[in-house]
Amino acid sequence: MSKPIITFENVTKRFGRMVAVDNVSLAIDEGEFFCLLGPSGCGKTTLLRMLAGFETPTEGRILIDGQDISTTPPNRRPVNMVFQSYAVFPHMSVADNVAYGLKIDRVPGAERDRRVQEALELVQLGGLGERKPDQLSGGQRQRVALARALVKRPRVLLLDEPLSALDAKLRDQMRTELCALQETVGITFIMVTHDQDEALAMASRCAVMNRGLLQQVATPNDLYEFPGSRFVADFIGSVNLFEGVLAVDEQDEAVIRSPELPTDIYLDHGVTGAKGTTVWAALRPEKIELHKYVPGQPPPVLDDSPAGANLVRGVIRHESYLGSESTYEVEIAGGRRVKVLRSNLTRWDQEDFALGEEVWLGWHACSPAVLLN
Amino acid sequence: MEQHWKSAKGLFGAVLGPPLFWLVLFFLIPMGIVWLYSFGENRGLTDIALTGTFANYLRALDPLYLMIFAKSVGIAALTTLICLIIGFPVALAITFAPPKAKTWLLLAVMLPFWTNLLIRTYALIAFLRTEGYINQSLEWVWNGLGSAVSVLGIGVLGPFEPLDLLHNNFAVVLGLVYVHLPFMVLPLYSALDRLDTSLIEASLDLGAGHLRTLLIIVAPLALPGIASGVVITFIPALGSYLTPDLLGGPDSQMIANIIERQFKRANDWPFGAALSFLLMYMTFIAIALQALMSRRPRERA
Repeated sequence: MSKPIITFENVTKRFGRMVAVDNVSLAIDEGEFFCLLGPSGCGKTTLLRMLAGFETPTEGRILIDGQDISTTPPNRRPVNMVFQSYAVFPHMSVADNVAYGLKIDRVPGAERDRRVQEALELVQLGGLGERKPDQLSGGQRQRVALARALVKRPRVLLLDEPLSALDAKLRDQMRTELCALQETVGITFIMVTHDQDEALAMASRCAVMNRGLLQQVATPNDLYEFPGSRFVADFIGSVNLFEGVLAVDEQDEAVIRSPELPTDIYLDHGVTGAKGTTVWAALRPEKIELHKYVPGQPPPVLDDSPAGANLVRGVIRHESYLGSESTYEVEIAGGRRVKVLRSNLTRWDQEDFALGEEVWLGWHACSPAVLLN
Repeated sequence: MEQHWKSAKGLFGAVLGPPLFWLVLFFLIPMGIVWLYSFGENRGLTDIALTGTFANYLRALDPLYLMIFAKSVGIAALTTLICLIIGFPVALAITFAPPKAKTWLLLAVMLPFWTNLLIRTYALIAFLRTEGYINQSLEWVWNGLGSAVSVLGIGVLGPFEPLDLLHNNFAVVLGLVYVHLPFMVLPLYSALDRLDTSLIEASLDLGAGHLRTLLIIVAPLALPGIASGVVITFIPALGSYLTPDLLGGPDSQMIANIIERQFKRANDWPFGAALSFLLMYMTFIAIALQALMSRRPRERA
């Protein structure tokens, strides 16, 4: 494993009696595109600001390349930041903005001009050096902020909700561009965001935070498919959570009984919890199949589950057509509504489900994620 | 609704009418009369003949009065400069104070506003005069020092000589700074408070120290606030009457004191009017300069 470039060691930050960051330990590797993800007020921005030096930890240490920088002032840290508001100096030209940090570092004139030009070309603002910030669009201003931070060749680039102020189309474009940029410059990026799609799409690894606590650190794929807690399962994407009890837990199979579900949840793997423990089964809407219910006809056959398990009848109560897919709310016996997502695979000859229609819901034995907390 | 209220001309007129009437009757007309006086001549004790003469203005160009004008501008400029030097750090401190303290600090800045100028000035006199509190304190320290010196046998300090703190230019500038400081602090504060703090953080993040950030980022961006603070301080300081009258000596007369003398003791209203309008033209120039200064950044936009 590569040596971590950044290490948080039991970092706690309190503002008065409010605990913003609660005993966070975290290691970030060189070259990662790391995302700090969580709802607003979860402490992710405080964590980033402690890295930049605008806040100092109340307890614990922050190391960059093994050096304790917990109390180093922001102007002496090998990190640079792209601010949420971009913070482009309005009274300076684009080139002067980018050159600002280099002037402070006393980089000689010719080299400085060359590096400023390089940085501007890197963010595709090659010809706009003489412009003033108020002659630029929001997206261009953000590129200035990027160039201004990258030109200093920091060890780590910090990005505070960089895409939140852009409109949807531009945001999608900048996602791709930021990832490409990170590959080009090879600098470790740490980005704060509350947008789970953004984090999943861009990050090499994500840390999910809630109420100052680190919930889970994992790759986007693992966060989605193997969430560590109900919070993560619920925060990342959409999910149906069923509270139940472990009825069977063997080496290669397990059964969860939930009072909310008139069927057993059968799993083709063990859970390693004691029998009788309360657990939660997290079932993603796209992992549930919809089948027509025809009176008198046998239910659809699921080849990986025992008869009757992972199969439940319900009535369609709500449908949202979203173009690429449709989402349904299906009411099952007992009144619980289950979210189901179905791709619109063909243009018009797909099976239709109408409001009020009775359906079968089925899922594979490997689909539910089992959560112990 | 919002587009319609201006088209409701009757209502618009009704709202606009009274203040407009008030302004014309009590401001423009009296000012006009005084302006006309400035082109008049004294005929007898109360009679003023409007002869259209420029003699009053020519008389104001006498070196004696020009010197007083120049001196008034000098004192007002010095006052403004000192207010800026003291006010900027104060405004900066209030801007970055915690929100709760901010309210109290602003209140503390404004508190003198709500106290009568006369009371404040006399309080200052009690402080500064020969037997005032400053000299008393200094004397106490001097005497203590003197006895220490004689006990140690180093020498003798001699009797205490009180400092001349009152009835001179020093007292006038001190008094003017004291009175006008809030005029400087408040516009500076409002300019600094509007400043996006992430600009300051960005500067630090890019490696700048606090001093450089202050000079290269904060000060230029607060320039419109500095300009309006300078003008708002300079104009009333230039027209000061009470402060030089009570705190000044024979050589610290400012232009307003001369104007007062024309209207009262000298009973020369036309000349007083001419001086008043010269003062007003200088005020206009100051305002025009400020407008130019604050417009420039917007023009670049």
